[in-house]
Amino acid sequence: MSDFEPNIVAFLCNWCAYAGADLAGTSRLIYPANVKPIRVMCSGRVDPVFVLEALKKGADGVLIAGCHPGDCHYQSGNYKANRRVILLKELLQQLNINPRRVRFEYVSASEGQKFANVVKEFVEEIKEIGPNPLRGEQ
Amino acid sequence: MSSENKGKLKFAFYWAASCGGCEIAVLDINEKILEVVEHVDILFWPVAMDTKYSDVEAMDDESLDVCFFNGAIRTSENEHMAKLLRKKAKILVAFGSCAADGCIPGLANVSNREEIFDVAYVDNPSTDNPGKVTPKTKTRVSEGELTLPEFYDTVKTLDQVVDVDYYIPGCPPPTKLISQAIDAIVENKLPPKGSVLAPLKSVCDECPRERSEKKIKEIKRVYEVENVDPNVCLLEQGIICMGPATRGGCGAACLDANMPCTGCGGPTPNSFDQGAKMLSALASVLGVENEENMSEEEIRKLVDQVKDPLGTFYRYTLPRSLINRRVIKK
Amino acid sequence: MDRIGVFVCHCGVNIAATVDVDEVVDFAGKLDGVVVSKSYKYMCSDNGANLIKESIKKFKLDGVVVASCSPQMHEHTFRRVVEEAGLNPFVLEIANIREQCSWVHPDRKEATEKAKLLVKGAVAKVRLLEPLVREKVKVTPKALVVGGGIAGIQASLDLSEKGFHVYLVEKEPSIGGRMAQLDKTFPTLDCASCILTPKMMDVKNHPNIELFAYSEVVSVDGSIGNYRVKVVRKPRYVDFDKCTGCGDCVNVCRMKGKVPDEFNMNLGKRGAVYIPFPQAIPLKATIDPEQCLFLRYGKCGRSPACQDVCEAEAIDFTQREELVEFEVGVIVVATGYDLLDPSALYEYGYSRYKDVITTLELERLISSSGPTGGEIVCPSDQRKPGSVTFVLCVGSRDETVCTWCCRVGCMTALKQAYLLREHLGDDVEINICYTDIRSFGKRYEEFYRRIRGVKTNFFRGRPSEVKEKKDGLTIDVFDTMTNKLFEIKTDLVVLVPAVVPRNDSSDLGKILHVSRGADGFFLEAHPKLKPMDTFTDGIFIAGCCQGPKDIQDSVAQASGAASRAANILSKEELEAEPLIAFVDEDFCSGCATCVSVCSFNAIELMKKEDNKYVARVVEALCKGCGSCVAACPSGAMQQKGFKDDQILAVVDVLGGEA
Repeated sequence: MSDFEPNIVAFLCNWCAYAGADLAGTSRLIYPANVKPIRVMCSGRVDPVFVLEALKKGADGVLIAGCHPGDCHYQSGNYKANRRVILLKELLQQLNINPRRVRFEYVSASEGQKFANVVKEFVEEIKEIGPNPLRGEQ
Repeated sequence: MSSENKGKLKFAFYWAASCGGCEIAVLDINEKILEVVEHVDILFWPVAMDTKYSDVEAMDDESLDVCFFNGAIRTSENEHMAKLLRKKAKILVAFGSCAADGCIPGLANVSNREEIFDVAYVDNPSTDNPGKVTPKTKTRVSEGELTLPEFYDTVKTLDQVVDVDYYIPGCPPPTKLISQAIDAIVENKLPPKGSVLAPLKSVCDECPRERSEKKIKEIKRVYEVENVDPNVCLLEQGIICMGPATRGGCGAACLDANMPCTGCGGPTPNSFDQGAKMLSALASVLGVENEENMSEEEIRKLVDQVKDPLGTFYRYTLPRSLINRRVIKK
Repeated sequence: MDRIGVFVCHCGVNIAATVDVDEVVDFAGKLDGVVVSKSYKYMCSDNGANLIKESIKKFKLDGVVVASCSPQMHEHTFRRVVEEAGLNPFVLEIANIREQCSWVHPDRKEATEKAKLLVKGAVAKVRLLEPLVREKVKVTPKALVVGGGIAGIQASLDLSEKGFHVYLVEKEPSIGGRMAQLDKTFPTLDCASCILTPKMMDVKNHPNIELFAYSEVVSVDGSIGNYRVKVVRKPRYVDFDKCTGCGDCVNVCRMKGKVPDEFNMNLGKRGAVYIPFPQAIPLKATIDPEQCLFLRYGKCGRSPACQDVCEAEAIDFTQREELVEFEVGVIVVATGYDLLDPSALYEYGYSRYKDVITTLELERLISSSGPTGGEIVCPSDQRKPGSVTFVLCVGSRDETVCTWCCRVGCMTALKQAYLLREHLGDDVEINICYTDIRSFGKRYEEFYRRIRGVKTNFFRGRPSEVKEKKDGLTIDVFDTMTNKLFEIKTDLVVLVPAVVPRNDSSDLGKILHVSRGADGFFLEAHPKLKPMDTFTDGIFIAGCCQGPKDIQDSVAQASGAASRAANILSKEELEAEPLIAFVDEDFCSGCATCVSVCSFNAIELMKKEDNKYVARVVEALCKGCGSCVAACPSGAMQQKGFKDDQILAVVDVLGGEA
């Protein structure tokens, strides 16, 4: 298990989390390459279907990051994303998929450090959980 | 089925892992059955006629024009028959929710064979089975070896084991859809292969209830609502209704009885996963009105009102959904 | 798209130092649908752009992936490049292999592998992209300004000066707003009417301003560039054109002196027919239908006195509400504020004790055109107060009422303290109970020091209670500077109430599709960089409807909002961003989930002729967040450039690689 390198798909909202990830880059903050970003305009665009598809394809973790409460560029997409993730985690529990594989975070455009930290933490957490049991089934 | 084929169309009906409701639904077309019989010869219908599997095996390949196959694939027998009928029939129709989506038998995918056998044959208050005998594919008795079909861990849809030409969803399929399908077959007016022989739109399209906005403050069970308004969208009254995420064709029959849609029509054509789409829709509008003022704890409380998301959102489609079963730890 | 070009940027060494660019180029060249794969030192340079353009032509490309820095940096650059080469600008996808790859992953192998994957994901998406069109929208070069207070007046004047036609809608019979009710303004002690009246006259006389006083906006449809506005003109029962504003009717009204006068904060009385104040614009009489005997009972003496006396024959009891419709390109909202009703704080006795008043009431008492002609008296017995006590932060900065600071309370109290001293002389005692004195504006601190010099007692604390005793009012206040409890005996208590949103701001917000913050004030698009914009394009906010502020800030914001609005009006056409939601009506059953999800009221539920429902996206209102797409239970709603299958294609690539 020690050589297990998790694969993490990250849905980042254009205005906050993606910009925060860019800032991490501009600030040359090193974080694990396990995270693979997908830019969406708003975390509200993230459909639970995307998360399930990522897990089905074998992703070990899925990160959804949006603006902090009250800061959503579109006013409220982040609230919707948060509620969807909460409910989706209950479904994952029933499917015997560790809900911790899916993580929702608030990352602002100024939080490059937070983005890097979230990725580091999440990679560690997924290493501890282990590989996605659906990996390689497809 | 071409009109130059002078004889009647040769039909087969088969019943795999299902409750039998689909068979009844065929009869529910009432006097239309007479019209059907005019055009159709039924060569194989285990529930109504005494035909043996060997009779089917003896048929030429593609000698059946159409096979309406209902039921999910639960056992090796189901799979065997699916493959056999696929070979014998020119057109294979996944008839009903079980064959198309997995349906209620598919909910067993939250479990596996061992657990199911345990509940069904061993650890059950009404069962007396001190020897803990459970079905086995092969059993030796003094007369020789007895065999049983294999009971799979995972329920599959028909199209997960064979190529399927058409789908008629519903639990059971609405008579209107059955009639239309038969007409299309008889008149040789079938749409492209792979089509679902049902409307493109969701149940809401057929639901006459008034709707305006879905700002749900609280989720309620049907019995918890004192007077369910028969004229207003049930979701707007806080009752989970799968209608928006479910393919129509039923005429919103459950809604007509003042009960919510539970989703038997399966996913809509643009939907990748009926359950996830409804989960997303519901979570999106749950508490939407005051979302900016809610604490994380309040949100959790609200979302927790959705009991059993899997059973609610995937009641009919678990085997065909993106993640089609409870993950078994290897 | 199956003729895709991939262009990998070295970005000098920024990318190339950690990412093996050649390896990425080779890898990309073998991907399905890719017909050419190249790299260049600086893809954003002219040479880089030419490389892309030439390749598009030479290889007849129908889609482009640029692997470079963040799309936030150069997406628009490469869109332009692609467009210049004759392709649709939206068949482009950027793979961010700098900010989110080479700069953060020092390991060359890891960074290269990730870059390859990101490129593969981008290619997968481009294969499914579709050309998109930026719709052009003609702009109606007219503006609607809602609210005729100082902010609305300023915005109207600025826009009309720039040559645009302005419809100014004010719900009261006269423009002027709160400022017209003030006597003097801080910190200069300018007479409010003296500086306001000329501007009101300008509004009246400007050929580009069409004033709808005593009118309300009832509906707004459309979007930036073209809003359709409906305004209801309430009946004045006075012929607008005939009335000369002479005031004869006002003097003879049988209800004269019997109706609480709202302009004077109900401290004075008016008649049923009235002109709110002498400088009113328009200077026309208005009959209050709730109070007019003739309108209420059909009878007023032998004949209505106003009708008898009006030489212009302007009184017209048959007037009805009138609906006016017009189109504008932009809207400036400047609807001002309300003061919190201090009855909400029972302990201050506002509605129980007559001599507990608010700053706005005191303002009317101080004003020479006010109900007492400028005599400052206690409302209970009309005697001159010997002691006046101000209570600041009534409801403001209070977790249980309004969390925010009213921004004008301290300065208002200081100004009024000064005016009281001026009017009542040295023998009046003035007390100020404050939380903090916030004198943050230009020359405010100096003004504050000046007041400290005119014998004013400052108590730092919030009074716990105002009580009525035999010999007047007493206030208990614990002064946190001296750590002592004081009982102040006083004749007149002046409360400085919180500034709150207009009570109808929720309705107006819905009409205008403008969102409000948790505090109820209209929400600016960005607190720092877009303080006058709203999230609804083409609608701007100015003055206290956006949040508490003083006159100078309101005026500044109004001019700013007018300038922002003029940016739009000065264009003949606008281009709309195409990455928005759309409904496939073949699949939509009108469940209305999307309607509730949209924060911008950009989705309408339409009932069709066959009584079936379908959702429709108002394209110009849609901001393209995609929340409705994710929420749509049937998949009928999609987002251009971010369709389900387009995103899932990327998910499959990124999720599938171990």
